[in-house]
Amino acid sequence: MSMDTDEGKTVMCLLTDPEGTHLGSAMYIPQNAGPLQLTQLVNRFLDNEEMLPYSFYVSDEELLVPVGTYLEKNKVSVEKVLTIVYQQQAVFRIRPVNRCSQTIAGHAEAVLCVSFSPDGKQLASGSGDTTVRLWDLYTETPLFTCKGHKNWVLTVAWSPDGKHLVSGSKSGEICCWNPKKGELEGSPLTGHKKWITGISWEPVHLSSPCRRFVTSSKDGDARIWDITLKKSIICLSGHTLAVTCVQWGGDGIIYTGSQDCTIKMWETTQGKLIRELKGHGHWINSLALSTEYVLRTGAFDHTGRQYPPNEEKQKALERYNQTKGDSPERLVSGSDDFTMFLWEPSVSKQPKKRLTGHQQLVNHVYFSPDGKWIASASFDKSVRLWNGITGQFVTTFRGHVGPVYQVSWSADSRLLLSGSKDSTLKIWEIRTKKLKQDLPGHSDEVFAVDWSPDGEKVVSGGKDRVLKLWKG
Amino acid sequence: MPQGDYIDLHIKRNGYRLDHHERLRKKEARAVHKRSAMAQKSLGIKGKMIAKKNYAEKALMKKTLKMHEESSSRRKADENVQEGAVPAYLLDREDTTRAKVLSNTIKQKRKEKAGKWEVPLPKVRPVAEDEMFRVIRSGKRKTKQWKRMVTKATFVGPAFTRKPPKYERFIRPSGLRFTKAHVTHPELKCTFCLEIIGIKKNPNGPMYTSLGVMTRGTIIEVNVSELGLVTPAGKVVWGKYAQVTNNPENDGCINAVLLV
Repeated sequence: MSMDTDEGKTVMCLLTDPEGTHLGSAMYIPQNAGPLQLTQLVNRFLDNEEMLPYSFYVSDEELLVPVGTYLEKNKVSVEKVLTIVYQQQAVFRIRPVNRCSQTIAGHAEAVLCVSFSPDGKQLASGSGDTTVRLWDLYTETPLFTCKGHKNWVLTVAWSPDGKHLVSGSKSGEICCWNPKKGELEGSPLTGHKKWITGISWEPVHLSSPCRRFVTSSKDGDARIWDITLKKSIICLSGHTLAVTCVQWGGDGIIYTGSQDCTIKMWETTQGKLIRELKGHGHWINSLALSTEYVLRTGAFDHTGRQYPPNEEKQKALERYNQTKGDSPERLVSGSDDFTMFLWEPSVSKQPKKRLTGHQQLVNHVYFSPDGKWIASASFDKSVRLWNGITGQFVTTFRGHVGPVYQVSWSADSRLLLSGSKDSTLKIWEIRTKKLKQDLPGHSDEVFAVDWSPDGEKVVSGGKDRVLKLWKG
Repeated sequence: MPQGDYIDLHIKRNGYRLDHHERLRKKEARAVHKRSAMAQKSLGIKGKMIAKKNYAEKALMKKTLKMHEESSSRRKADENVQEGAVPAYLLDREDTTRAKVLSNTIKQKRKEKAGKWEVPLPKVRPVAEDEMFRVIRSGKRKTKQWKRMVTKATFVGPAFTRKPPKYERFIRPSGLRFTKAHVTHPELKCTFCLEIIGIKKNPNGPMYTSLGVMTRGTIIEVNVSELGLVTPAGKVVWGKYAQVTNNPENDGCINAVLLV
């Protein structure tokens, strides 16, 4: 470890991790030490085998320049001990996408939802022409057209092991598809009386192979289904108005957000209500969990390795524990009352923090894959970035000229993608907090965006009925 | 075919033949085979007509059967698939339908090249000079008559400064100066109050265009950034042309329709 000692200008620093535990004791660090030297230090202290990248924060502001320059700029006294929080960043780096590699037509009506499979090898999209289409990513052409729904296909969801695809429609039916052949498995599942608003699968680390998933509907209930039995096991009723979003948490609790301004937590063996989270003043539009990305991708990570079925559960559990860390799972809810709440549902009934700032309703909230950031898309044409642990506001990304509908994170949590009504997609860089890339090209509103888990491709679909694939 | 009613008369007087009903039944039973043989053997136009009739009957029968099948099982009323699909998060929200802004810059560039414009009011009543200007007498004895005052609505830019009054030939009174126009989008049918950027063309003559006079039929350029329009290349559209549709000097406001 080579550190140049300057003419005696050092400062007393204490390195801490995001949860507050100190790394070693306070030590003198020369003032010309920058993030690179600090990374070397941290790696040395933690005895890491490979050099892992870290980012450093002093009082919630990122440290990008040498320590000395930072001290001068902010006039921090050299006498006091400086606390530097280090955070591990993802080992791999995703290249930002900048060009549209293909515009694939095929749907006869607007594309309403798109989703990559957890291993990033398959792509499914649902549309207003009542079909679900599977697309081949290597040749960028249509693969299968799955017919079976009677009305618009509003949501699609892949099981975390990538073996099943489930889609919900406006008539309240759920169809299960075999993604390899593009065929309907069995007949459509009925039970809900109005349209399906969301689908969420049970995490792989709780049950492998994937069998159960929960769906939420406008009729006010959420139902748990079993895909092998092809029927509804439990019906979670309790909400008085439409259930707009549902998430299956990593600790086996189901969270449902509804238009009646409450979030309810249910346990999954008997379908009993555990807790009700009140606080919002208007409809809840979107829920996000800090471990959502890891639950969605299951045992797959950026390396793209396949695991045999018995190892999947193990690997998924490892990844889940790594992302979750020691702190409890966090939940953020975005609502029509222009605010969001950050909750720690297993700890308390009261929200941890209220995130205000948006000037119009919040349509979509999404935690970054490492759980450190929260992104919120709102109809006030801006995307806001918040600290994922404390809920502190970080920055606003302005640039869109129409309501922002959806956001999606890249797998390394460094880039954020947003799609809006003004027909453009924009990529924002978290490090510099600025616009990285503008992706115009759609001729009408963009309804759905997704970033593949391996970070190679971005897909977007909208009212102009074509699917656009973007590459780096 | 009998050309009278002698058969019926005989049946009436003497009753039916003893084997009448039997024969009738058997004839009807054979009719099916006869019909089929006829359909298969007939040639030419006759065959075609029989085939057409049979097909129509078959289709009708299939439909009625299907109808009966359907009603046997209870099902909730089928909802027809509507147009204008929106994702789940937009379903409970009413949104104004947006007119598409496709390749607008290309269309505008082409029109500019051609010099022709498709406008809502192609012809307007020409305005005479004595209606447009009022003579202002000046000088010590008020005999000089070279000054004119504009009597119609005008637009002067934000950086406008009057010429020295001694040399000013055309006076544009500040009471008749307008900066904003009420612009209607022809497809959305909603009106916005937008700032005027400039006058493109006044149909009464290039002199009026350069003076900035706005009469009925004048093409003006307005600032549409509040509408949030975007070109396919991703650039934000902030200026568009509109045509004045009323007589601003009579109404006190400028109404225009956007040219898309």
